[in-house]
Amino acid sequence: MDVNAFLDGFGLVTEPQNLLYCLIGVLIGMLIGVLPGLGPAATIAILLPITYSIDPVSAIIMLAGIYYGAQYGGTITSVLLRLPGEASSVVTVFDGFALAKQGKAGTALGVAAIGSFVGATVSILGLTLVAPLIAGWALSFGDPEYAALALLGVLLVATIGNGNKLKAMIAAAVGLLLATVGRDSFSGAERFTFDSLQLTEGIDFVVVAMGLFGVGEILYNLEERHGKPHVPAAVANIWPSRKDLKQSSGAIGRGSVIGFVLGVLPGGGAVMSSLAAYAAEKRIAKRPERFGRGAIEGVAAPETANNAAATSSFIPLLTLGIPANASMAMLFGALLILGISPGPQLVEERPDLFWGVINSMYIGNLILLALSIPLVGIFVRILRVRPAILAPITALITILGVYTINNSTFDIFVMIVFGLIGYLMKKTGFEPGPMVLAFVLGSIVEDGFRRSMLIFDGDPTGFFTRPISGTILAAFVLVALWPAAKALLARRKTGSDDTSEPHVPAGHR
Amino acid sequence: MSDERTPSPDQDILAEIQAEVAQDLEEERPPSGGPSYQVVGALVALVVGVGGALLAYGYGLGTLRRPGAGMWPFVVCIAITLMSVGLLVAGRRLEDSERFSRSSLLPAIGLVTFIGLALLMPVIGFEIPALLLCVVWLRFLGGESWRSTAITSVVTVAVFYFLFLYGLRIPLPHLF
Repeated sequence: MDVNAFLDGFGLVTEPQNLLYCLIGVLIGMLIGVLPGLGPAATIAILLPITYSIDPVSAIIMLAGIYYGAQYGGTITSVLLRLPGEASSVVTVFDGFALAKQGKAGTALGVAAIGSFVGATVSILGLTLVAPLIAGWALSFGDPEYAALALLGVLLVATIGNGNKLKAMIAAAVGLLLATVGRDSFSGAERFTFDSLQLTEGIDFVVVAMGLFGVGEILYNLEERHGKPHVPAAVANIWPSRKDLKQSSGAIGRGSVIGFVLGVLPGGGAVMSSLAAYAAEKRIAKRPERFGRGAIEGVAAPETANNAAATSSFIPLLTLGIPANASMAMLFGALLILGISPGPQLVEERPDLFWGVINSMYIGNLILLALSIPLVGIFVRILRVRPAILAPITALITILGVYTINNSTFDIFVMIVFGLIGYLMKKTGFEPGPMVLAFVLGSIVEDGFRRSMLIFDGDPTGFFTRPISGTILAAFVLVALWPAAKALLARRKTGSDDTSEPHVPAGHR
Repeated sequence: MSDERTPSPDQDILAEIQAEVAQDLEEERPPSGGPSYQVVGALVALVVGVGGALLAYGYGLGTLRRPGAGMWPFVVCIAITLMSVGLLVAGRRLEDSERFSRSSLLPAIGLVTFIGLALLMPVIGFEIPALLLCVVWLRFLGGESWRSTAITSVVTVAVFYFLFLYGLRIPLPHLF
């Protein structure tokens, strides 16, 4: 590891301007996490136009802050309202809300804040040590490896997410197709432009992301809002007692490791790791029956893990140039806008950005911890803001924001079209996430594929005979066929033993 | 269940929690749309796949040694087509869609206001259309009182006016 570059990164982060953007990012992230409706990917999508006007390093520091800030913000609504703001906070609801009902909401939030901080910090340490190694190793990758890796990334995100796998894979494939719109960079031929001048340059990633995530979610929320008033539980005594901390320390430690490891895997990320960490605690607990009825470990473990995972999911982005989830795809897109292509060369070519972003997370998480405990009262008050008031504001930010990118009303219409597509996808059970991710990786896959075919002289088996691309593609095949295999196994298992009943803990109802 | 709290070792706690989470999310969702929604979804994907494949074929596939402009989109479209057929056959009983209801009118109206703003902004500036959008969203889509609607929309537009034109110095089309 280049220690000087690492230290320079700290110098960069502590510049007042970058500290300010870090603070703004974390605050926006927490706010958005608290407010119902928009998730982190949608928030970053809506704010992408800002990246055109500020310094690249500051922009990425801010967007990263939004991402991990939102992870913590989601906890607050899980505990107080039984409404998980993010999918990764869903399991926190079980014990968090149970604790809130017992008047221990403050303890739950305090332990979650401390766990989040520890998990994220452990993960950043891991990131600091591991990322340069992976980047160094990946420098030897050629076109076939990149094509295979990007394809595997798309597939993993499609298959590990929630919802139907086949639908997710279709959405991803459509994303790959959308990426081909415009002039072909090899032959100059125009594809799927339908003689539209504006489409020859291809569809702008920001416009697609703002449409599918931003407008799509805004429209969807408009329908799903049931006008229920939010009455958060009272919060008192936010500082956890020594006993609570002692009780949750094991969970925080294990959660950090589980989160870090799962966060690195594409598609794994925060959701999977919070589930796995909760499951691990329940499995090793002496009295598992406490879970679901207000076990503090049931809050500590998933919250630690999802923050650790949120942090370690930067590893594939910064070292391989492969975004591991939808939010990372947004950051990937933001980097591309800034003229930076993330990948193994990043640590050598742009050490300021590489180390700036990583080191900003040490400070960002300190800010998060410092803010979250004293500001809980304010966040509770924000929870009372009616969604109806926020909706038109986000709508205006989206429309005016997308216009400012190219001063183009055409972009607004493209965004509206993608917004409608995003809304209809949600209604019919298709996730827009894999589509955006595939869209952003589409040109990497296609260019890699075409250049590889030139290298291989037209022989596609070349992909399989190179050790690294062969391994990656073997993994691809395994992942693609895994759901079918699992279904088969499950069928055989239920056939042999159909007496086991599902068990439903009563505590969280 | 006689002894509910001691799961046997082979019983996967993770899978159990996942099922629990899925069930929890399920409770929040509106009723599912049924097979017709699934068929329509799969058919739309099928049309995209087949249509895209035909167009891509027209761009020229080239050879494996020298792939043409249409080769990659053609491969992707074939994949979309095959998966859509799979979905059409196997996915009819999925319950992950959501039925359209009267409240689906709200996003439809919202969409119209988006289009209206996009059409009007280059002609008469963003202020009046933005104000109208706020009023429609607050009063008619959000059920706010007139008082709250008036205050929120005027303040919002004013903040955007100063933020974009003076704060960020972005030349939005404006009337005043």
